[in-house]
This record gives sequence, structure tokens and C-alpha cells, in this order.
Amino acid sequence: MSRLILDLLWRATTETLEMVLASGLLAVAGGLPLAVLLVLTSPAGLYPLPLLSRILGGIVDAVRAVPFIILLVLLIPFTRLLVGTALGTTAAIVPLSIAAIPYFARIAEVSLREVDTGLVDAVRAMGGTRWMVVRYVLLPESLPGLISGFTVTLVTLVGASAMAGAIGAGGLGDLAIRYGYQRFNTTVMFGVVAVLVVLVMLLQGAGNFLAQYLRHTRPERRV
Amino acid sequence: MNLLEVERLNRAFGGQTALHDISFNVGKGQRLGIIGRSGAGKSTLLRCLSGLDRPQSGKILLEGEDMATLPEARLVVLRRRIGLVFQHFNLLTSRTVAANVALPLEIAGMPKALRSKRVAELLELVGLADHASKYPAMLSGGQKQRIGIARALAAHPALLLCDEATSALDPETTESILALLADINQVLGLTIVFITHEMDVVRRLAQQVLVLEKGRIVARGTPADILDANQMAAILPPNLSQTPQDGSHAIVRLTVGTQALCAPLLHTLEQQCQARFALLHTLPSPEGDGQVDVVVQADGLSVSTMNALQAHACAAEVIGYVPAHS
Repeated sequence: MSRLILDLLWRATTETLEMVLASGLLAVAGGLPLAVLLVLTSPAGLYPLPLLSRILGGIVDAVRAVPFIILLVLLIPFTRLLVGTALGTTAAIVPLSIAAIPYFARIAEVSLREVDTGLVDAVRAMGGTRWMVVRYVLLPESLPGLISGFTVTLVTLVGASAMAGAIGAGGLGDLAIRYGYQRFNTTVMFGVVAVLVVLVMLLQGAGNFLAQYLRHTRPERRV
Repeated sequence: MNLLEVERLNRAFGGQTALHDISFNVGKGQRLGIIGRSGAGKSTLLRCLSGLDRPQSGKILLEGEDMATLPEARLVVLRRRIGLVFQHFNLLTSRTVAANVALPLEIAGMPKALRSKRVAELLELVGLADHASKYPAMLSGGQKQRIGIARALAAHPALLLCDEATSALDPETTESILALLADINQVLGLTIVFITHEMDVVRRLAQQVLVLEKGRIVARGTPADILDANQMAAILPPNLSQTPQDGSHAIVRLTVGTQALCAPLLHTLEQQCQARFALLHTLPSPEGDGQVDVVVQADGLSVSTMNALQAHACAAEVIGYVPAHS
């Protein structure tokens, strides 16, 4: 593999990482509050507002229903408005985040709902407010699940960022399409695939380790 | 004044009555047991008492404040006067033992330095001082329940509520948890209200008992009274009447020391009392250990027979009469 190809791969990898990490963080910043809101306002929640819960759920499902490649195109005017251009890595972060927010919100919602209601009762019985229930119970108790969900979101974003590459976002997807596909450069193609595989494995491994560490169970029970 | 006064409490879930006209009082420092089968309304009652649920009507006065009608913001603060111990411990897995015990103090806004001093004190009290930095998943069931109790005691509650606190534990651990609760009641003078489905727990811990059935209180009294009524109801023949009829047989309960069972008891009685006895049942006496209740059916019971029986046993009591052919 020539030095030039390695340089290309390295640059594409950093671009992909930039897209994935930035939109991943935005997904948590937007998706986690959304998930907490969905759980709290659900009919059996701590702050039941069924109408709000249904509207939020509807929006989440609507965004998730749009295939990502179509969302990319649909959001071009919005992206232009926000960052001034629809091309490049920074621009791609906008559609990636908008797709990832409802995705992570649903995953986080599942983790939050799995928290034992007995723990919520315990803190409420101690005289904890609803905010304290969120802070002392829901978030810390679901943290291992949230970390796992975040890992799944990041891996999905790696795939989605490659798709964004198809419309000029840069990164590994862009490299694979322009060099590997359009110029029949098999070396670049395999290089990209190898980097993606390693990237996903590293992300998943780190996520699993962290989630397991935060579970605080007996070491021998770790599966 | 009573610490806790419950007046005509009613709670229904969608037309289904869970609690009906529940009234009782608990004095300061008392231990009240509430027993009932599953579905009797125990859990609903406990949720109302702990302020997690509100009744549709009635009053729950804790130190004079009515939990049934208090606005949510004030109820949140009043809940800090109650310590709740759960069947499944409900410890936060994300916090260490010490942080779990500290949680009610954190919620009450106690400064950190005072908090750690109080936590050390509590862990000492429940005998787990050297487990402070462990996580709940590393503890046994009994240890978890001790932490649950320490946590419930942390904010100096006026009332300790226990929800089937020993039902998930093995007999030996149950024993030690009950001893700890009795100790806390005596040393700290803390009022304890507990619900359970186990008669044994009531017998060991309660001073007063309420029996709950289908959402109503069907009996109240001391554990001995309740135990007695329960056990007797299970073994007495259905055609029992309170008045003797011509030629009917008497059902007599004799309380004897356990050593009397080693002697030919019925044979001796027959010779001394000139009556014939059929053994119906023996059961542990509610009077206490070392004594047994022997329930017999006596054929030809007279005043002199009764006198002889009373001389022979610690106590003899006619419970009722059954027709001769039964």
C-alpha cells in the first residue's frame, strides 16, 4: 500500500471519527433529555402528560421512519441554513445528529424503563422529589444500559456516516466510493473496509467494557 | 397522642375495593403487625401509610398531619419522617453501601461531613461497618436487608414501615433481621408497623396484630389471641355449637407441658375422670414455649370431670359441643 493511499485512509478515518463523535455527542445531548421526558410523561410515569408523551413519541417515530439516505437529501436546505454549506464533514454532522437523536432516545427510553420501579418507590418514600428520582435513580441505575445504547448508536453512526459520504460528506464512505468504486481501486476498498471493521470492534469493545464495569456486580458473574 | 392514626380509610382501583373502612391507631414505640394473604390489601395499605399512594377517603394522621390530603410538596417532606424497608431491599446498584445509606440524608440536605458520621454510626448499628465501600451486588440477602434497615433509619424517622421485610430471606437470616428490628424498637424506641403473610413473624415481633382479609380488618388483638383463633378455627368440627345438647360430646382444650406428652396422658385422664377421650389435635400453645394445647373430644363430661382435668393440666377449657354421633 502506497504512502499516498495511507495518507488518504488516515485523513478519511479522522473525518469519519469527527462526524461520528460529534453527532454521537449531539445524539446524547438531544436524545437523553428526550428519553427522560418520554418516560416521565408516559401515562404510568412520574409526571403523566399523555398528550405530550404521544406527540413526542410521534415525532420520534416520524424521523426514524425516514430512511437515512432520504433524510440526508431532505435536510440539505436546513443544513445550508445552519452551517452555510451542505458539503463536507461539518455539514454532514447535521443530518447525522438529527437521525441519531430519535434513535438514541428510543434506545435510552428502553434502558430507563428497565429501572426497577421499587428503586423509584424507595427514593420517593425517602421524600425525594421527581427531579431527585431522575438524578439519583433513573440516570445512574440505567447508566450501563445507556452506555451500551450509546455504543450501538455510535456503530450505527459509523455506517450512516459512510452513507453521508455518498453525497459529499468526506470520510471513509466517500473514499470508498470515489476511489474504490468509481476508480476500481480494490486496495483502497479493502483498506476502508479493514479500517471500518477495526473501528467498530474498538468502539464495541470499549462500550462493553465500560458498561460491564459500571454494573458493579460480582466479577465471577460477568458474562 | 398516637403517632399514627388511621381513620376509615378507603381505596379502590377502578371499582375494585382494595381497602374498606380501615381504622387503627399506633402509639409511639409500639410494634404493630398487619397480616393477610396475598391480595388482602396489605401492600395497598402500606403504600398509603408510606405516602406513595393516596386513599379515596379517610385520614392518615402521622404526628397529627393528614397524609391523605396534604399537598404533594408538603407530603414529599413528610415522607422523610417515615423509613421504609422493602421485601426486595431496593438498594441502588449504582451506589456503594455507604452511599445507599447516605441517600436519605442527601435528600434531606444534610452537609457531607455530618452525613458520613451518621452513615458510620448506622453501619455500626447494623453490624456491617466493614462493608461500607462494597456495592450491594456483592452482599448476601441478609446483609442487603441490614443495609435497607440502616438506610430506613438514616434520617431519624418517627415511624419504620416494613413491607414483607423477611419474606425473601431464609429462616436463619429472618431470625437475625427480626432480632435487629426488635432491638431497634427497644433501643431507639422507634415505632414499627410491618406487613407480612407469615404468622411466625407476627408472633415474634408484633405487640398488636391486625388481620386483613379482602380489604377489611377482620380481627385485631395480641399475637397470641390471633394465633389461637386462627389455629382453632382450622381444626374445630364445622357442626360445633356453644350449648350442650342431650348426649352431646364436649370439645375441650387442655394446655399441658410438653413433658406430659411423654406420659400416657389420655389413659391417665380416663382413669381419673371417669370419662372417655378422643384426641382431635395437638398444637403449640400460644401461651409460649414448652407448652402444648391438646384438643380432645370428651364423652360424658361432668363438673367433677372438669375439676379433675383442671387439676391435671395447666388449663382446661370447654370450647363447644358436638352431637354424639359425630
